[in-house]
Amino acid sequence: MHPWVGAGPEDQRHILSELGLKSIDELFASIPTGVCVDGLDLPPARDEDWIRRTLGNMASTNVAMDSMACFLGAGVYRHVQPSIVDAVLSRAEFFTSYTPYQPEISQGTLQVIFEFQTLISRLTGLDTANASLYDGATALVEAALFSHRVLRGKRNLVVVAETIHPMYRRVLDTYTEAAGIEVVVVAPGDDGRLDPATIIETAGDRACCVVVQSPNFLGIVEDLPQLAVAAHDSGALAVEVVTEAVSLGLLAGGGSLGFDVVCGEAQSFGIAPGFGGPHLGFFACDSKNLRQMPGRLAGETVDENGSRAFCLTLSTREQHIRRAKATSNICTNQGLMALAATVWLEAMGGSGLRELATSCFMRTEELKRRITVLGDPWRIAYPESPTFNEFLLVGPGSGAELVKRLASEGVLAGVPTTDWGGSWPDGLLVAVTERNPATDLDALVGALERLS
Amino acid sequence: MSIPDELKYGRSHEWVKTVGDSVVVGITHYAQDQLGEVVYVELPEVGNTFGVGDELGTLESVKAVSEFLAPIAGDVLEVNERLEDEPNLVNDDPYGDGWLVKLSGSAEGEDLLDAAGYQEFLDQESA
Repeated sequence: MHPWVGAGPEDQRHILSELGLKSIDELFASIPTGVCVDGLDLPPARDEDWIRRTLGNMASTNVAMDSMACFLGAGVYRHVQPSIVDAVLSRAEFFTSYTPYQPEISQGTLQVIFEFQTLISRLTGLDTANASLYDGATALVEAALFSHRVLRGKRNLVVVAETIHPMYRRVLDTYTEAAGIEVVVVAPGDDGRLDPATIIETAGDRACCVVVQSPNFLGIVEDLPQLAVAAHDSGALAVEVVTEAVSLGLLAGGGSLGFDVVCGEAQSFGIAPGFGGPHLGFFACDSKNLRQMPGRLAGETVDENGSRAFCLTLSTREQHIRRAKATSNICTNQGLMALAATVWLEAMGGSGLRELATSCFMRTEELKRRITVLGDPWRIAYPESPTFNEFLLVGPGSGAELVKRLASEGVLAGVPTTDWGGSWPDGLLVAVTERNPATDLDALVGALERLS
Repeated sequence: MSIPDELKYGRSHEWVKTVGDSVVVGITHYAQDQLGEVVYVELPEVGNTFGVGDELGTLESVKAVSEFLAPIAGDVLEVNERLEDEPNLVNDDPYGDGWLVKLSGSAEGEDLLDAAGYQEFLDQESA
């Protein structure tokens, strides 16, 4: 048999005779017949050219984000994509290697991970960051489980803001249910922000952590220092989740404001918005809890010649060595996407990131101002609360209706909150980034005016 | 491998020394040798209660993380706080400054080995 070519009929006969079986069906006899499909009703096979043409035609009926003025966000953001990101990413040394962690042959990859950790550490204001996780939602789950471990499993309650991304909360529910951890949700106040007194009341003396998102799902910036104090007064860890990582270019990371964990989604750093990902989770904590941190960690050391070198560190706590007693079930990282984020951040630089974030903020403020001038029937849901680059817009109809009517006006105006429920008004989450030129803002305001 | 006569031994390689009406627990010279250089020691909280064979904490070396178990039942009276900054004491002085935990209770009546018994146990294990 050829290693790269599938087994032909002759090979199959040979394998079956070696196994002492008469047919392929006999090989799979242990699968209950009730779950087997009895033949697939498929059309005849087509040639490659037909398939390309037909699927290409189907794909061209999709509306691409870049094809009209686009204000979609709600956890996935469109930012500049310098060519250098893909140029480095697509190098075969990075792109094709699998589990490239052996220090003898993988100094490049290990150095990238080390740099990624350093960048996340600086942005979050905490002194330890891991090599990355799958996405923001699983990073948040890991933060909850981490808090449970740090408090030695004595506190079984996770207090979570209603204003974290609703999909993150569903992932949290899935994990915590299996782990026997209770989750209680705290609704925001009338201004869309969390009230520290409500946090303290809800947490009592049973919470292992208080999880808040800032900017929150409604785009609103929370009062992090007060919330950290509230969590700590309850004896719980304070966890911040960030879904729009670019906000860290303008807003201080929770670590410098008293938070014990800052985690979230770094898709904004050089990863194009795509249906189903890939995304990029990050996780940072205080080094005093280093040994409870999930995932991998690259460290800097010296080799036998005294030269600077990198290697994985604390692997002894991971699943492949510690099995069931491992710190977490994460035994990998999102390597290629962490590379994209690292190259993107290094291309931007500190001042570049700040400029980019400022530009997002200014454009959003400009749009908010123009919508306020427009007035009835359009209004901004929480006009007094500070936002970064996203806000909730309420208009004549549900968010789901509005997005369709505005799309027919040539604008992808935002993500409807209609199907997600929540204690806030049904409307559209409108996200503005540096990828929205003034003409996009004109298009949206014009469309809103026509639908007034 | 040194195995002091005055101590009692558990089959998971802990030693027990009676001091008044409490006991001091550590790991044996053999155990620290098997583990290699200890880089971190995770100790229980003072006041917690453990049964025989319960996990008291973990010892992390450069190549593995291992649990150490309670050789007798009791409450944690004291932990060796020096190990936080000097985990190597477990290697350098396993029967002295490298002690791990002080427990209330007594080794009396527990299923422990004396020095000769532990030596025999090691011989069997390595046979």
